[in-house]
Order: sequence, then C-alpha cells, then structure tokens
Amino acid sequence: MSDTHAESIAFVRESSLPPAAPPDKVGGPLKWVKDNLFPTWANAILTLVALYFLYLLLAGSLPWLLNGVWSASSLSECREILDGASGACFSVLSERWHQLLFGFKYPSDQYWRPTLALVLLFLAAAPVLFIDLPRKMLLFTGLYPFLAFWLIWGGPIWGPIFALLGVVAGYIVYSRLVQKSFAMALAGGIVAAVIVWYVGGFIGEALRPASPLLEAIPSRDLGGFMLNMMLGITCVSLSLPIGIALALGRQSHLPIVKGICVVFIEFVRGVPLITLLFVANVMLAYFFPPGSGVDLFIRVVIMITMFSSAYIAEVIRGGLAALPKGQYEAADSLGLDYAQAMRLIILPQAMKISIPGIVNIAVGLFKDTTLVSVISLFDIIGMIRGPILASTDWNGVYWELFMFASLLFFIVCYGISQYSQWLERRLATDHR
Amino acid sequence: MKKTVIFGALTVAGLAAGAAGAATLDDVKARGKLNCGVTTGLAGFAAPNANGEWEGFDVAVCRAVAAAVLGDKNAVEFVPTTGKTRFTALASGEIDFLARNTTWTFSRDTDLKFDFIGVNYYDGQGFMVPKALGVSSAKDLDGATVCIQTGTTTELNLADFFRKNNISYEPVPVETNAEGQQQYLAGACDTYTTDASGLAATRATFETPGDHVLLPEIISKEPLGPLVRHGDNEWGDITRWVLNALIAAEELGITSANIEEMTGNTNNPEIARLLGTEGTLGEMIGLDNEWAKRAIMAEGNYGEIFAKNIGEETPIGLARGLNAQWTDGGLLYAPPVR
Repeated sequence: MSDTHAESIAFVRESSLPPAAPPDKVGGPLKWVKDNLFPTWANAILTLVALYFLYLLLAGSLPWLLNGVWSASSLSECREILDGASGACFSVLSERWHQLLFGFKYPSDQYWRPTLALVLLFLAAAPVLFIDLPRKMLLFTGLYPFLAFWLIWGGPIWGPIFALLGVVAGYIVYSRLVQKSFAMALAGGIVAAVIVWYVGGFIGEALRPASPLLEAIPSRDLGGFMLNMMLGITCVSLSLPIGIALALGRQSHLPIVKGICVVFIEFVRGVPLITLLFVANVMLAYFFPPGSGVDLFIRVVIMITMFSSAYIAEVIRGGLAALPKGQYEAADSLGLDYAQAMRLIILPQAMKISIPGIVNIAVGLFKDTTLVSVISLFDIIGMIRGPILASTDWNGVYWELFMFASLLFFIVCYGISQYSQWLERRLATDHR
Repeated sequence: MKKTVIFGALTVAGLAAGAAGAATLDDVKARGKLNCGVTTGLAGFAAPNANGEWEGFDVAVCRAVAAAVLGDKNAVEFVPTTGKTRFTALASGEIDFLARNTTWTFSRDTDLKFDFIGVNYYDGQGFMVPKALGVSSAKDLDGATVCIQTGTTTELNLADFFRKNNISYEPVPVETNAEGQQQYLAGACDTYTTDASGLAATRATFETPGDHVLLPEIISKEPLGPLVRHGDNEWGDITRWVLNALIAAEELGITSANIEEMTGNTNNPEIARLLGTEGTLGEMIGLDNEWAKRAIMAEGNYGEIFAKNIGEETPIGLARGLNAQWTDGGLLYAPPVR
C-alpha cells in the first residue's frame, strides 16, 4: 500500500500543524484583562478605584522606602542627610541589628553559637516535618535539644551529656518493660532517668573544668528575636506531648485523672497569658529564697507551655471526638489494650484531623512570645520599646523598627502555615 | 503534694529569716556584685548603648554605690524593671537598690515598706505647646485640647490645675508616651502634658524641636529618688551617704578630674573628711575611708553626672532648675559631712 502512495504523492505530512494562536480579541493578555478586570461596568469602576488606591499607597510608601538612609549614626544625622525629603531611617537597623536579633548582652564574638543552633534546628526538624526522609535522621533530632542547649548557654559539657544519658537510660528501661505493661514501663523509665540525672549531677560537679570549651552565658543575657524563637520552639514542642496527655486524660474513665485534666485545662484557658507571665516573674520570686530563684527563662517557659498545652489539648480532643466510634470498637475487637489502641489506631487519625488547629495555636503562641517584653525580658519587642527607643540616638524611630520585627514574624509564621498546608495535602488519605 | 507543702513552708521560713537578719551589705560583698534595678529604657536616665553597656543618670548612681561598696564601678548587675515589676523586685530581694526615677510618695515610703534614700532629680508636671500657638503661660490654655496619659497621677494633677484656675480643657486620652508624641505632632491636641524631664526628652526627638516650647508652669511635685528595702538601716545609710557625697562633692568643688589633687593638699576640713584623709567616717558605715572618693571617681560628682547624661549639652537638654545646688537657688542640699 505505502509503496503505491510513495510513487503517486510527493509529500505526506505525518504530524499535525501546531495550533495557531487565537486572535487577540479572544485570547492573550487583552482578553485576560477584559475578562478579569473589566467584564462589566460595575467591575470596571471597582478596578479603577482599586488601581487608584494602589497608586496612593505606593506613591506614599515607595519614596519613603527607596529613599531610606542606611549609614547614619543617629536619628538627627538621618534627618540632616534627608534634609526635609521623605525617607526612612534604616540606619537604626544597620547599627542595632545584632541587638534586635540576639539581645544587647549576648557577647558579640559568640553570635555564631545561636546561629549554628538555628541551622542545626532545620536539620533536626526535617525528619519530623517531612515523613519521606530516612528515619535514621531522627537520631540527630533526639540529640538536638542537648546540643542546642550547650551551644546557646555554653558552660561545662557534662550537664547536657548527663541529661542525655538520663534520657537514654530511661528509654532502655522503658523498652525492656513495655512488653509487660505500658504504665509500668513509663514509670520505670522515669525513675531510671531521674537516678542518672541525680548521680550525673554529682559527677558533673566533680568533673567541672576550670574553663569550659564554650563560655557560659546566663539566661538573663539572652534576648532579641533569638529569645522569641527559643521560647516559641521550646514551648510548642513541649506542649504537644503534654497537650496529648491532657486530651486523653480528659476523656479518661478514671475520675481523678479526668478531674485533674479538666480543672487544669479550664483554669489555664480561663486566665490570660499575661497574668501567668506576671505570676512567673513576680509571684514566684516570693516563693524562692532570695538569690536561689529558678531561672526566669525557665519560669516563663513553664508558664507558656502550660498555657499552650491547655489549648492544644482542646484541639486534640476535637480530633478525638471527630473519629467515628467504630474506630474505637475496632481497636477493642482486635484485642488491643488502651495504650496500643491509642498509639496505633486512634491518635494517628485524631492528630491528622487536628493539624490545622495545632498549627493555628503554634502560630498564635509564637506571636504571643512578644508578651514577655512586659515582664522586662528583652525579646525583639522589648529591645525596641526599651533600650533602642530609649537611647538618645534613636528615640523617635518607630516605623522602621516595628516593620523589621513584623517582617521577621511574618516570614516565620507564613512558613509554618505553608508547611501545614503541604502536610494536609500529603496526609490526605481522605474522609471526604 | 506533702513535699511541696514542706518546701513552701521552708522557703517562707527562709524568707522571713532572711528578712529579719538582712545584712544587704554582707550579701553584696559576698556576691561581689551590686544588683541594681533600673528602667527597661528611658532616654538619659537609663538605657544600654550600642555595645550593651548601661548608661544614664540613674545608672551613674548605681555605679557610684558599687564603687563605694565594692571598689569597682563595673561590679553592677543591672536588672531592668518595668513600672509594674519594680517594687516586687526590690521587696523580694532580687535587687539590692532601685534607681528607677521613682516618685517619693507617702504610701510608697510607708505602706510598701521601702526607704527612699534621698532625691536625685526634682521633677514636676509641665506642658509643651507648639510655638505657633502663641501661648506663654499654662493659664492661657483655656479651652485647649490636652493629650494626657490615662491612669496616671498626671491626669489628676491636670484636673486639679484647671479647676484651681477656673479654666476649662478637653482631654485627649493616650496610652503611652510614644502615642502622646504621635498625637501631639499630628495636631490632635493643642498641648501635651507629662513630667517636664519627659517632655524635654520627647521634644529632643522632634524633627524641629525649636518649633515647640515648654511652658514655665510646673503643676506638681515629683521628687524622683533611689530606694532600698525598709528594715536594713545600715544599707540605707550607706546608699544615702553615697548620694549625699555626690551632691556634697559638687558643692565643695570636687570633680573626677581634680579629686587626686584635692586629696593631697586641701585646707578645707570637710573635703578632707569626705575624701578620707581625715577622720574615720568610712568606718562608721562599715566601709573603708576612701568610699566617697571612689564613688565620686566612678562617674564624677552630681553636677558632672547631670551634665553628661541629661544636661544642656546633651540632646535631652535639661536645665538644672530645681536641681541646682542650694547655693545657686536650687533644692540640692546635702547634710554636713561630719
């Protein structure tokens, strides 16, 4: 067949022509503009009004932003350079950026330590956040809290090492006993850890080197955005397990456990965070003998963790309540005990439902860490409102500083929310 | 549960015992550092600079006390406090000494159980108006709109002042000094009122400070001074006389520059007693004889401290006014060093 054609026809097209572009009227940018911006008279007017406001906004802010001064050494010098023109005085950022990020007392030659801790944080958080990564990376995640503590606070390395050993000992005891009973294993693990910590405390004291590898830095000297990050990350990661425990406790059939959980959750949710922070700062000082008080940072971490775990507990309770009763019954019919049923069947599903709520609370909590500025901790807002605005050089610079702070918070919070959306899509095994 | 009760009882007992046998001087010496409460930041009075070192008018008093007691003006742990946390910090023993422009009032002295050791700045409530308004006295402010911080004594003073002079005003309530500054500049009120030192500091940050004037009337008394806990009179004496030494030094003409020379050859017996070349005044307060010399050398005498931090040469630009020596018509009057 084909031979005959080959002789009779000179050319046969074997592929179709690419489609021609549609005429301008029915395609291309003009069409898009007409469809989306000016489809009707009413919409056209709205578009024009919106464009006008956009113009006003940019005309007002762009000269101010682009004309910014980056190299003056005080606000009055800024004004001299600008000489009446509109312009931002970003010099306050270039002169005080280190105070905004690290606080004013953290030694500047040690800035690499918190920075390294932050970089390692991404490495440590990766296997928790992305389930596709190799599970072996979780080992580093387990090590990270101790490493980060040592990096940021410095001092003798024995403290974090024995803390780690205690956790390892606790885990070994737990894994030996968990076959027999979950509760017994948990109790045994805690006892083992406490024993190691107690003994380790004495050994660490004996081994204390004259000059530690990393200079010790008291918590009082922490500050800036670093403090917000530390409070946010520590409190969220601590309040998740506590919140799960509280949510399960609230559903428990044991009246005492249930009572304690209900009272705790309702009490903490009924009190503003700022009140708890004042208690941490002011009231607790009366209960410890002068000079031996527990570190203010730890007091604040305890209070914020309490606060957020109560909220997370309620979110997770919502997740638990949303599960069909059949899931609980299915677990029972398989002969699983309570711990197994929760761990293997109920919680994985309930947690998945709770993700948006948990992320919501994490974002809110992270922003709430700025409240510590009220109890004279120098987080980024405390640094701005206190030392920087009070210095004679920079008194009167508001927009630039608060814009910088909101930019930092926006980056982190937007990142968290994008991650949670990705996670929801990834886990969408679907109840829809 | 039982354990926590026992711990609680122990700490309360410990606190009570600590308060009863309080020897703050011994504590400070044992610690090697003075815990000094300051503000979280107030221009000219206390704020850390770009290198994180605290400086300011109140900070200088802390440093003088540390120099007198410990011999090192840098042996100070500055504890920033807010208006809400300052008194508990002092009462609980977290700080030994509070120098945080605190107004000396009856109830703070008696009911809150503190001892004010003197006054290091005589302040009072004033008014700031734009020059264009053409007002030269607060009594001309009839019918004016006034920016005023709510919930402060300044609000009450303002009402009293206008009622007393039988003129009217319209309040524009603001929350903070920063907000008051913005409202005033935006023209929301004709005049802004708060402590005169605060007004001066605020005006210094304006783009054109010359367009605004502070009216001469001061309508309230705000004696600002450092304070210590009630009940430890030895510590109170030491701090009181460190402050007095700074004031007396200015009166006697002792500065941080000429102090060495003064120590060597002076005919004035009061200077000799103050600088420790004569008499045993230091012993009487449990220190050595050079305590006052070190205190003055730390940041200079009262006048030098004033000039360096809030005086007319600084951006804050405060005149001495009430804070001049009594010999110059001010209120500073140190008791005799004898």
